[in-house]
Amino acid sequence: MVDIHPAVKKLQEKFSGSTFEVKTFREEVTITVPRKEIVEICRFLYADPDLQYQFLTDLCGLDFFPENPRFEVVYLLTSMKRNQRLRLKTKVGEGESVSSVESIWKAADWLEREVYDLFGIPFENHPDLRRILLWDGFEGYPLRKDFPVEGPDFDKPFVPEV
Amino acid sequence: MTINMGPQHPATHGVLRLVLELDGEVIVKTTPHIGHLHRGVEKLAESKTYHQVIPLTDRLDYTNAMGNNLAYVLAVEKLLGIEVPKRAQYLRVMMAELQRIAAHLIWLGTHALDIGAMTLLFYNFREREEILRIFEEVSGGRLTPTYLRIGGVSKDLPDGITEKVKAFVQAFPDHMKEYETLLTKNVIWLQRTRNVGIISKEDAINWGVTGPTLRGSGVKWDVRRAIPYSGYEAFDFDIPTGSIGDVYDRYTVRLREMEWSNAIVKQALERLPKGPIMASDPRVALPAKDAVQKDIAALIRQFKIASEGFQPPKGEVYASVESAKGELGFYIVSDGSNHPFRVRIRPPSFLNLSALPKMVEGCLIADVVSIIGSIDIVLGEIDR
Repeated sequence: MVDIHPAVKKLQEKFSGSTFEVKTFREEVTITVPRKEIVEICRFLYADPDLQYQFLTDLCGLDFFPENPRFEVVYLLTSMKRNQRLRLKTKVGEGESVSSVESIWKAADWLEREVYDLFGIPFENHPDLRRILLWDGFEGYPLRKDFPVEGPDFDKPFVPEV
Repeated sequence: MTINMGPQHPATHGVLRLVLELDGEVIVKTTPHIGHLHRGVEKLAESKTYHQVIPLTDRLDYTNAMGNNLAYVLAVEKLLGIEVPKRAQYLRVMMAELQRIAAHLIWLGTHALDIGAMTLLFYNFREREEILRIFEEVSGGRLTPTYLRIGGVSKDLPDGITEKVKAFVQAFPDHMKEYETLLTKNVIWLQRTRNVGIISKEDAINWGVTGPTLRGSGVKWDVRRAIPYSGYEAFDFDIPTGSIGDVYDRYTVRLREMEWSNAIVKQALERLPKGPIMASDPRVALPAKDAVQKDIAALIRQFKIASEGFQPPKGEVYASVESAKGELGFYIVSDGSNHPFRVRIRPPSFLNLSALPKMVEGCLIADVVSIIGSIDIVLGEIDR
């Protein structure tokens, strides 16, 4: 790698006590950061005058079942000033939760609800953490790898009582 | 007072349910309920080969199928690291821009219909029909063309189609005048749209709003310019922006955008290069139809790619396009097998809708209809 992404350099300077794993694939930079520090790191990337990641393009989940920790939460940030993207990742185990970044980007409100809905990863300090695409009584989290594509009840057809 | 609006309501453009809390006629709080159209596209994609996902993308934002195809194939091509020939790139741009015009025409017709101007819908659908006929001739499908393939497009232009596109491009500016005479200076239209549903520049960025809704607030940001793809850097076009971010600004931005899309189609048609329409990489590119019928090696290759698919390297990529609604992105994670490990769709309408409660706050209940129309949502994409 010839030139280091400016955000990587800045992050390593600012959070010198933490370990970051940096990967580059097809010119896209991905930084894996510790789960506990996600809010501070995001706030830093948002506010730093040289970086200005003021646009949260996407937030989604990944499930690497049966690995442990099994989940990853992925944040895709865009700096509109410099037309540059940065992907942040944090590993989350089953039963663990992530702090919400809703206080930084309002866009995270619905995106985090979706991750909670489809992966079952809870977000701390989220103002309104409810299911968003599925209904409230739905059992299970469909985008987990151990959830069957056909649904858990595909061989039990629903027959209404007459 | 609490009022329920939808999910079956003509002005919610699909199956969107809003719970409105009112103080008299003024809206205090809005809670959207979505998910009525959820089909689990992201889950389904994980069990398909890379080519089999293309038809699923047609069905996301069903008014913008070519744009959805484009976003997906760009992501897979980036993952594979293959180059697409110039002619295929130009064909893609041409189709994507025609589709943008068609999508904006539906928006204009239904948006005006919601507010009470019924005539416009018939004009809009007349022109949209012409575009759909072009699509039908080119790809075989009207609403769900599945025209693009990984590495290129499915077939070259049929005979006589360039004349039809040319005729459309030439006639379209006059049609635009017809629409504008009906609305742009219409007093009723102005009163229903001006200073309604305002969202500021800062708020729009913070809420993740993209597309014409963002540009209506005065942010000059378009993926086609900011992070060019599919050869857009070679085309001349402007990015129209609004000033205060009300319904009227979003209306004018989309109208100007249609004109620029028309100009891009014209440029693509004039400069359309000759050459192959499919990448040369034999591991991923489907062979041409006549080769399959004559050459046994091509037949085997066709069979192998269509049934087993191909195995891209391990990795993750994100590619996005400026769809008619905003930034449509695909984030694909590959584990090296012939199925994608994860296909995440970044739906522009989803995030635009999430800002709706912010926009309608303090407006009158009658304005909700015009604000929903102005953000141009398609529930197929929101619920996926």
